[in-house]
Amino acid sequence: MMIVRFDDQIVRYFVIATAIWGFVGMLVGALIALQLPFWQANLGEYLSFGRLRPLHTNAVIFAFAGNAIFGAIYYSTQRLTKARMFSDLMSRFHFWGWQFIIVSAAITLPLGLTTGKEYAELEWPIDVLIAVVWVVFAVNFFLTLKIRREKHMYVALWFYIATIVTVAVLHIGNSLALPVGLFKSYPLFAGVQDAFVQWWYGHNAVAFFLTTPFLGLMYYFLPKAAERPVFSYRLSIVHFWSIVFLYIWAGPHHLAYTAVPEWAVTLGMVFSIMLWMPSWGGMINGLFTLRGAWHKLRDSVVLKMYVIGITFYGMSTFEGPLLSVKTVNALSHYTDWTVGHAHAGALGWNGFMIFGMIYWLLPRLWNTKLWSERMANAHFWVGTIGMLLYVMALYSAGVTQGLMWRAFDDAGHLVYPDFMETVIQIVPMYWVRLVGGLLYLTGMIMLGINMIMTIRTAKEKPSDAAISVAA
Amino acid sequence: MSKFIQTNGRHRTIEGWPLVFTVLTVICVLVGGTVEFLPLVLMEGNIPVISSVTPYTPLELAGRDLYIREGCVNCHSQMIRPFRDELERYGDYSKPGESVYDRPFLWGSKRTGPDLARVGGKYPDLWHVRHMEDPRSTSPNSIMPPYDWLLSKTLKLNDLPAKMRGLKSLGTPYSTADIDGSVEDANAQAENLARNIAANGGPEDLADKEIVAVVAYLQRLGTDLTKLTN
Ligand code: HEC
Ligand code: HEM
Ligand code: HEM
Repeated sequence: MMIVRFDDQIVRYFVIATAIWGFVGMLVGALIALQLPFWQANLGEYLSFGRLRPLHTNAVIFAFAGNAIFGAIYYSTQRLTKARMFSDLMSRFHFWGWQFIIVSAAITLPLGLTTGKEYAELEWPIDVLIAVVWVVFAVNFFLTLKIRREKHMYVALWFYIATIVTVAVLHIGNSLALPVGLFKSYPLFAGVQDAFVQWWYGHNAVAFFLTTPFLGLMYYFLPKAAERPVFSYRLSIVHFWSIVFLYIWAGPHHLAYTAVPEWAVTLGMVFSIMLWMPSWGGMINGLFTLRGAWHKLRDSVVLKMYVIGITFYGMSTFEGPLLSVKTVNALSHYTDWTVGHAHAGALGWNGFMIFGMIYWLLPRLWNTKLWSERMANAHFWVGTIGMLLYVMALYSAGVTQGLMWRAFDDAGHLVYPDFMETVIQIVPMYWVRLVGGLLYLTGMIMLGINMIMTIRTAKEKPSDAAISVAA
Repeated sequence: MSKFIQTNGRHRTIEGWPLVFTVLTVICVLVGGTVEFLPLVLMEGNIPVISSVTPYTPLELAGRDLYIREGCVNCHSQMIRPFRDELERYGDYSKPGESVYDRPFLWGSKRTGPDLARVGGKYPDLWHVRHMEDPRSTSPNSIMPPYDWLLSKTLKLNDLPAKMRGLKSLGTPYSTADIDGSVEDANAQAENLARNIAANGGPEDLADKEIVAVVAYLQRLGTDLTKLTN
């Protein structure tokens, strides 16, 4: 027999980084949410809406969700393979490299150094760095698979594999650009073609950064927390392969009725609708894993968070196909409906899955008890109410404005020819969204406090978990 | 199929082969990826050419890069869809041939403010200066942020030749003379604009300020098509 000690320190790093960046990213989110109804909150050149919005999206997606995914992967992969990560050095390089990228983003975006492409705003030197860090992460991960002591790979690992290879392909594909200065580049493609590449990337960033790694996370942490095996092995096979196959096709649903060929948009729409089934396959596999364990929800804040998370995964993957239907998109596109959909997924699915994971990990990583279950419960409630306020406000704003834009009177004139009329109408909804966002942010702060206190009450230096394996 | 997915079926076997598993995943992803790139390849040279669409002038290019810097694309689309209300509100719908020189494309995904694809010529130059300095002065209740620094910051033109050389190598038809004369050309267009703004009672001495480049770019938007009919 020999002892294998896991590298849990790297997981602690990522978990702490998740909480810090989650707070920062959502604070910026709250500021831009304030700037929309209250322009005076645009605080000069470096802190105006146009420059901060990308900072918000980059911070919450790549820093908050990103660090959480890495934490989940490092924690679960070691346990699923019964092996320590292949290289501690590579793990550290991954962690610090990623934090450096985030800090570079936080500096360059307010300075106005941006490519102008949504979710890919960072300029080429940072893009190169991302590619390097990602490759190191991939090598470390795959070499860990190679030295595994468990013959078969559990479903969570399938999703991690899909994430790691596809994000690499997407990032490189969309970042192809010609540098014309230290912080300025022009993309290889122009106009219509650039639009295609951008949304091939943009849509799949949602798919392979905000969906597949989170499904992997769900498959590992949910059965652990519920102490039940996954509902259906077969379902996981079918929905994994269909998700991996179908997602890539759906990008053009972001370009409906624009100057791209009609057939491409129709293809995107058809594949988006097909995606509904495998997406719900994931939701069903998650929720049914709780069969016979529903009574545990009463005492487990972790499970409560997961139930909200998985339910909102189901909601946003039902809403997504709906939005891709051209006649619906004609109304929703360009409006706050899209932003509402984005946050139903982001706050409901990604946020709650992360919170659930952190509350489950805290006592385990620091060998102690969670400092306050009651505060975690309060987080659950303010988070849920905040998220609901946020998305309801934006659905209402989106549909209202969409209908006003297209309203004609009997004489065949636009009822609201002045654009500002349609804006004033939805400003109250922007305030409601701000309240919702602030509640959600309050929950995030509660998590931070709970985390700090849990770590402080941990008795000694936390020790890393170990297992004994056949030599 | 059932052999494949049953407990201890064939799928179980490939779960023991990470390399094979990864290759299969990549293939799955690449099928859709290839089909999505097909239109790109097919479209190369297949986008209906609009003869009146010409590359941006050096000053307009500088203005466009400022538009990117400020993140205007986060609130403004530049893509008019072929719906009756959009035609009424913004003008003719956008054609693929209109954005052939747009690197990156700036169609946007959110209309917090109105579409700008055809805003060129809609307002006088001075309107834009006033609007950018303080949007409330021209559009009461506007929620657009003020961009007063554009009126005070000096316009940087010395990187224009490098930028245009880059664009040329990517296919934008700038001539060597265009590139060599880019700074002069930009200065001339800027002085013209500034004179017009001052003559209409606007601020003096804007010729070397960033605002003139932004106005030049905004006034250009969507005008290529009307050039055709004139
Ligand atoms: C927070 C969102 C926001 C940002 C960022 C923003 N705008 Fe606006 N913009 C608006 C709104 C709302 C209006 C409509 C009211 C008005 O005219 O101010 C508008 C109107 C305009 C108009 C007049 C359009 C018309 O047809 O009447 C122009 C031109 C314009 N913006 C240019 C810009 C430029 C250039 C930038 C970047 C430097 C920018 N905007 C950034 C929200 C924004
Ligand atoms: C406190 C919580 C949050 C607030 C107040 C907030 C606020 C905002 C605001 C105001 C916008 C701009 C919308 C617009 O342009 O009209 C935005 C965009 C966006 N946010 Fe958030 N946000 C929050 C949390 C998050 C989180 C946790 C995520 C992701 C994990 C996220 C992802 C996004 C994305 C992807 C967009 C772009 C949406 C689009 O283009 O349609 N946000 N957010
Ligand atoms: C089956 C699954 C899904 C489909 C088919 C789908 C489809 C769509 C469609 C049609 C749009 C609107 C595009 C537009 O009009 O501009 C959209 C936008 C968006 N969706 Fe989804 N969606 C799905 C799941 C998700 C999930 C789970 C998330 C988040 C975690 C998400 C995040 C987003 C974001 C951030 C945008 C805004 C993109 C932008 O900046 O314009 N989607 N989606």
